[in-house]
Amino acid sequence: MDKLIADLKEQIIEQLNLQDVKPEDIGDDQPLFGDGLGLDSIDALELIVLLQQKYKVKLSNAEDGPKIFRSVRTIAEFIESNKIPNA
Amino acid sequence: MNNQYYISAHCSISNNLVSYNNEVVFEGAEQDIAGFLLSVYQHLGIKYPKFYKMDNLAKLGWLATEVLLKDFDKTKYQPTDIGVVLTNAGSSLDADKRYYDSVQDIASPALFVYTLPNIVIGEICIRHHFKGENAFYIFERFNADFISSYVSVLLEPGQLQACICGWVEMTATGYKAVLFLIEKEGATPFTTENINKIYSTANG
Repeated sequence: MDKLIADLKEQIIEQLNLQDVKPEDIGDDQPLFGDGLGLDSIDALELIVLLQQKYKVKLSNAEDGPKIFRSVRTIAEFIESNKIPNA
Repeated sequence: MNNQYYISAHCSISNNLVSYNNEVVFEGAEQDIAGFLLSVYQHLGIKYPKFYKMDNLAKLGWLATEVLLKDFDKTKYQPTDIGVVLTNAGSSLDADKRYYDSVQDIASPALFVYTLPNIVIGEICIRHHFKGENAFYIFERFNADFISSYVSVLLEPGQLQACICGWVEMTATGYKAVLFLIEKEGATPFTTENINKIYSTANG
């Protein structure tokens, strides 16, 4: 899980063009939206694309989005519990 | 239409040069457009993370406005008093092509939002909290006649007090921004002749 969280932080920075942010600036449980990292709705869509492209995981129910994208740790947990074996 | 308006400031970005009121304020050494725009952003010393997410057209217009307004006291106006009218020839074609390439795989939402030219106006207005009239027009070439007459109408009594206007063009291989700040006081009369002259002499 720790490796996945570290990998996710780098992927999020690259995918969302967060050029002033370093992986160590993002706490594992830090909120990604609102007062946390300050991501917006377009960033949320980019995160969905990231999960699909990089981790082959699809978000089937949009209503789950706020819970899944709450922090890097919750995204990692979602990937772990939904990944396709040997994908 | 008989009121006299003035060019209180102008800015141009082209050929790796940034000029403010005919004075070069930055010269870049980068060969590629994105690298040059980033060097201008860093030179200005502004912290605005959203900049990195913009497409090149929005970055160009946003940066030109930052330079244009460096001596502008916007507190003397209400947000609804300040408008933005921009023009170019290629619309958002640079972003459109990048988005088209991205849809071969999974379409990029971040690219999609920039597939309209007026998004650059949105970025400018968000940054400076402007809420006045705005519009983006497409012309084959810089149309000083249109800009002077259209913006003059917007500045008639009871409407705008100030207007940012001009040309912001971005292609895959070139770029040019020439922006004017028009107010009701200033030294250079806002005329077709004067904006044509500034446009045609901008950064060579």
